[in-house]
Amino acid sequence: MSENKNRFLPYLREDRLPHIFCPGCGNGAIINAFLAAMEKADMDFDNIAMVSGIGCSSRIPGYLKCDSLHTTHGRALSFATGLKTANKDLDVVVFTGDGDAASIGGNHLIHAARRNINLTVICINNNIYGMTGGQISPTSPKGSFATTAPYGNLDTPFKLAELVAAAGASYSARWTTVQMENLVLSIKAGLKNKGFSFIEVATQCPTYFGRKNKLKTPTAMAAVMKANTVFKSAADRMSARELEGKIVVGEFANTQKDEFTENLERISVEKSGKKTLINSAYSTEL
Amino acid sequence: MAEEFFIQGNEACAKGAIAAGCRFFAGYPITPSTEVAETLARELPKVGGSFVQMEDEIASAGAIIGGSWGGTKSMTATSGPGISLMQENIGYAFMTETPIVIVDVQRGSPSTAQPTMASQSDMMQARWGSHGDYEPIALSPSSVQEFFDFTIKAFNLAEEYRCPVLVMADEVIGHMREKIVVGDDIEVVARKRPEKTDDYLPFENIENGTTPMPAFGDGFNIHVTGLTHDERGYPDTNTPETHHNLVKRICDKVLNNKDKICSVRSENCEDADIIIVSYGAPVRSAVEAVNRARANNQKVGYVKIDTPWPFPDEQLKEITKNASDVLVVEMNLGQMYYEVDRVLGKDVNVHLMGVIGGLLPTPDEILDEINKIGGN
Amino acid sequence: MRTEIRICGFGGQGIILAGIILGKSASLFDEKEAVQTQSYGPEARGGASKCEVVISDTEVDYPKVQSPDILVAMSNEALIKYIVDLKDNGTLIVDPGTTDVEDVRDFIDEHNIEVYEAPATKTATDEIGLKIVANIVMVGAITKITKVISKEAAIKAIEASVPKGTEEKNIAAFEAGYALAE
Repeated sequence: MSENKNRFLPYLREDRLPHIFCPGCGNGAIINAFLAAMEKADMDFDNIAMVSGIGCSSRIPGYLKCDSLHTTHGRALSFATGLKTANKDLDVVVFTGDGDAASIGGNHLIHAARRNINLTVICINNNIYGMTGGQISPTSPKGSFATTAPYGNLDTPFKLAELVAAAGASYSARWTTVQMENLVLSIKAGLKNKGFSFIEVATQCPTYFGRKNKLKTPTAMAAVMKANTVFKSAADRMSARELEGKIVVGEFANTQKDEFTENLERISVEKSGKKTLINSAYSTEL
Repeated sequence: MAEEFFIQGNEACAKGAIAAGCRFFAGYPITPSTEVAETLARELPKVGGSFVQMEDEIASAGAIIGGSWGGTKSMTATSGPGISLMQENIGYAFMTETPIVIVDVQRGSPSTAQPTMASQSDMMQARWGSHGDYEPIALSPSSVQEFFDFTIKAFNLAEEYRCPVLVMADEVIGHMREKIVVGDDIEVVARKRPEKTDDYLPFENIENGTTPMPAFGDGFNIHVTGLTHDERGYPDTNTPETHHNLVKRICDKVLNNKDKICSVRSENCEDADIIIVSYGAPVRSAVEAVNRARANNQKVGYVKIDTPWPFPDEQLKEITKNASDVLVVEMNLGQMYYEVDRVLGKDVNVHLMGVIGGLLPTPDEILDEINKIGGN
Repeated sequence: MRTEIRICGFGGQGIILAGIILGKSASLFDEKEAVQTQSYGPEARGGASKCEVVISDTEVDYPKVQSPDILVAMSNEALIKYIVDLKDNGTLIVDPGTTDVEDVRDFIDEHNIEVYEAPATKTATDEIGLKIVANIVMVGAITKITKVISKEAAIKAIEASVPKGTEEKNIAAFEAGYALAE
């Protein structure tokens, strides 16, 4: 057994395994992608703090051996904003899902992007609510089925990576679980970027999205995802009609902008002559 | 050297926060609490702190919980509509034992009601606002000086018991100006950093106490979740004992220390037939009413509750044991009255003077009630 | 002794600051107790503005003004609106440039009100060259007429309350107001 151990096992809380994810879920592959990207980016794992909301993807930080804040539904980015502001030296990573980030947490998402606060957000978009058993989400394709859309989804889905780029994030990208190398590179870029980095990963939920939408196996879902993927450079030359049902992948923002906690620190230096205090709760001499 | 200032209650609150070591404020503008945010926006950067205007009150409550785990004493200030929005995250802070301070400068309610008028109608929301069982600590200041002092006390209690503490002020105290004295011997409780041992448990079921809390980045690699968790912090949502032990401990650490946390003050109660019970701004009217009643040879006293939560059952019973009647004066339709009646109702007649509309009850109005009770 | 003061006018006249200066003078520099409160309603924006101060030798319990001993009116609208609570034998100080006491003559006579005219706006404009210091001129007049605060305390409070660099003009305004009532 031991020689077959996953090389990322040292990063995991082994005492919490087995995990709760369903067979065929993309979360495992995305954890691997994150850890690979983290190593490629030469990040200090001990300096990473994770924050998540509620949903399947938000359970990921609980399996990783780092400080992790598993918060309320939709609010991960507000907790992360406070954590990063309180200690800007931490590398704060947020795991979230489509329902968490774009429905109940949609306002926090655009405001965190607007502030360009240095967080790396990995938004695992499975187009459905998995934790509660297969309800429609704000990214569910029009016409797709869910327990709360028994006659097909009537709503137009959000395009999250584009939304976040428009809201002001300095880095935004979308990939799928069938483009692992690109995903790893984007997460690496996001970790390195000193600003709000948003990496959307379109993923398969065979248990709920697959079952409801006649895509019974993870491989069937991966095949459909692959067939529907269009690179942004190609998509830019396609009409809206041609892009219907497609997953556009690539980078939607990659720029340098003022970063929120740097700006706060600049004001602190101007007004107090010192950087923003860190760990001040443990001291009475301030 | 002690310093004196003639400032607004909300400014005094902000000053108290800084004196207590608060270095992070996240909030959203709302009347009549906004001056707390405005003052801290100006003052925090001068002491190496950070101010963030969040997108709403939900985010504000989330941000200060994040800030607290980041190792910084953190606070928000709001009023009725905002405290309503914050409730879910306040519950999260109780469940995760996160020290934070929430200031509520109460205004006419429910809904948006009376932004610039006073009330005390969030008292039960402070107690039961978030879903579930928990034991909040809440302080109610009756003067600008107390708004300063109680904000400091709130931070100290939050650290001591590792829980949210609410400062339940009102529009009268928030907006009026009075002199405050800022001493140079302010007691500040620093957060205790745990020892880095193999058996450290961030949510340990230690008896009658609170486990020290590390900051994120300290190397403890802890998991914090609002789900029912074991002593390590790991989710364990289906074991009844885990949930029972966790929630009981979170409640008991406050309940078992009520004698240390609860604070009431009373005057003229030893021989009083009628005792006024109040908290926050109405105390000011009660004191004047008692002084006038005494000048008129009426045996009237007052009790001022500094800490509505946890409710000071024992102190109240002791102080009122010789009285025949108790009059609860509050700016709502009887939120704390029910508590007083629960505690004293078997032994004395408990009356309510519940005033809504936004104005502080006057001493004359209280005297009228006293006279009605006294049969005059 | 408890003295209740109400200062009223229209938004923008610095009514609130005048009240804060009275409270600050009493509590920080005269060893008295003081509480200042103000109206926060929509009327604070442009319409009638009201600021109240309670000054006492002992602790101020009830913090609000119920029936003022002293009413200071800097607009006619406010004078008419707020005179109704003025105590019998109370003191009324008006700016004759912005008010007309004849409009409240009946009340003045019925309640034996002592009336003082302090042309604060005119004095501010003519003597200081700054209309916006009319409120400080009025503080000078209030100090002289009512003696509710001391002159020394008022000057210290003004210095501590006005924007840096404007102290001199404001003290001059105070002195001009103080002289008005001589």
